[in-house]
Amino acid sequence: MKSLKASGHPFAHAATQIELLEKQAATQPRPTFRSKLQSADLFPLRPAGLDVLQINVGKMCNQVCKHCHVDAGPDRKEIMTRETMQHCLDVLAKTTIPTVDLTGGAPEMNPDFRWFVEEIRKLGRHVMVRCNLTIIVANPKYNDLPDFFRQHQVDVVSSLPFYNADKTDRQRGQGVFQDSVKALRLLNAVGYGQPGSGLTLNLVYNPAGAFMPGPQASLEQQFKRVLLSEFEIVFNSLFAITNIPISRYLDYLVASGNYDNYMDKLVTAFNPAAATGAMCRTMISVGWDGQLYDCDFNQMLDMPLRAPGRHIRDFNADELMQRTIAVNEHCFGCTAGAGSSCGGTTA
Amino acid sequence: METYYDPADLKKFGNISEYQKELADKFFSYYGAVFAEGALTAREKSLIALAVAHTVQCAYCIDAYTNDTLEKGCTEEQMMEAVHVAAAIRGGSSLVHSVQMMNKVKQVSM
Ligand code: SF4
Ligand code: SF4
Repeated sequence: MKSLKASGHPFAHAATQIELLEKQAATQPRPTFRSKLQSADLFPLRPAGLDVLQINVGKMCNQVCKHCHVDAGPDRKEIMTRETMQHCLDVLAKTTIPTVDLTGGAPEMNPDFRWFVEEIRKLGRHVMVRCNLTIIVANPKYNDLPDFFRQHQVDVVSSLPFYNADKTDRQRGQGVFQDSVKALRLLNAVGYGQPGSGLTLNLVYNPAGAFMPGPQASLEQQFKRVLLSEFEIVFNSLFAITNIPISRYLDYLVASGNYDNYMDKLVTAFNPAAATGAMCRTMISVGWDGQLYDCDFNQMLDMPLRAPGRHIRDFNADELMQRTIAVNEHCFGCTAGAGSSCGGTTA
Repeated sequence: METYYDPADLKKFGNISEYQKELADKFFSYYGAVFAEGALTAREKSLIALAVAHTVQCAYCIDAYTNDTLEKGCTEEQMMEAVHVAAAIRGGSSLVHSVQMMNKVKQVSM
């Protein structure tokens, strides 16, 4: 499988995705996201703090998952330079943002990844890395990642869409479940997810299809029970995430004829409390080229952030806190039911 | 082609209150209470509902509880086993009544 970009798919262009989202919203008898926010007295959506700097260090990945909102893959060459990383470090040094969330692609494939983690840790910030697990066993040069994470007290957050090979491989590719199990065991072996170790290993569940995630606590129980009994794997928490209708997941929804039904479900399940807790209210997202966005999804849709300084070089926390957040129909993915964010449910 | 079943009608279930609000409200509040976590988990109840949906052969319920069981993290294997439970009870209930047939045969035969 190739990325949308490499296969010349129309959805490789953010503008085409936005056009579809808006056209469908205009032609279907569905309220728009803006009108839902207005009726909940939440429009325009505004920041509530700045707790997380989420940095996308590149779109390159060893996997090509069907639902990927980044359209990542081995064929994507966009990678953050050390110079841009230095700008991020400068911002961290002059602010008190407590947490840095490193994402990609597979962030570990950025040649400066380890240096970046070390520098962030020197500034005393909490680091979490979105590790896709299989990268750890993809190449011998990555085999020591669990130890590297341990040394630097990095929180590991890893996608595992299901506790069996069938559903996981259908979404993430042949053999991914088996490799994920190997990687999870390596992480467990150095202490990740083990009670009392202080090393956090959280898993991310997202539905393998056009349906919403069920209650997070019940899914966590099931994952814990099966992963322990069948694979002797332990972890801390499970984050249940709703698939956002953009990029490859949008392509799947449209190609499978599920788009309208899925949007109807998200809209019907709109929850003002989840909108209040939307992650864009407490984070800033940095693209591989240093551009700033409200969140990783807006980043992939090329939706510019509404503040004078839109590059990490021009980061101005006060101005950023005054901005309004750019929203569109994809935002319904964050506000349905119990809500969804990079840290799981929000309501 | 026009058919009696339209998948879009499932979403209109709530509209039944237009003609009789009080009873509809009572029904939906009862329905919600039945499916809440209780002595059985919501997940177990969803699997039971999926099986019953196949017994009453309700296309709406099959649609709704296929989604619901998937959302609650059930595997396809678990879902199919639930349907087999419905099928076994259905088949078994036919077959166990054959004891009556046998009784009758014996009663009227020399
Ligand atoms: S979902 Fe994650 S692991 Fe999968 S292709 Fe996208 S970035 Fe890579
Ligand atoms: S998609 Fe981004 S901007 Fe929209 S609600 Fe979610 S986090 Fe906020």
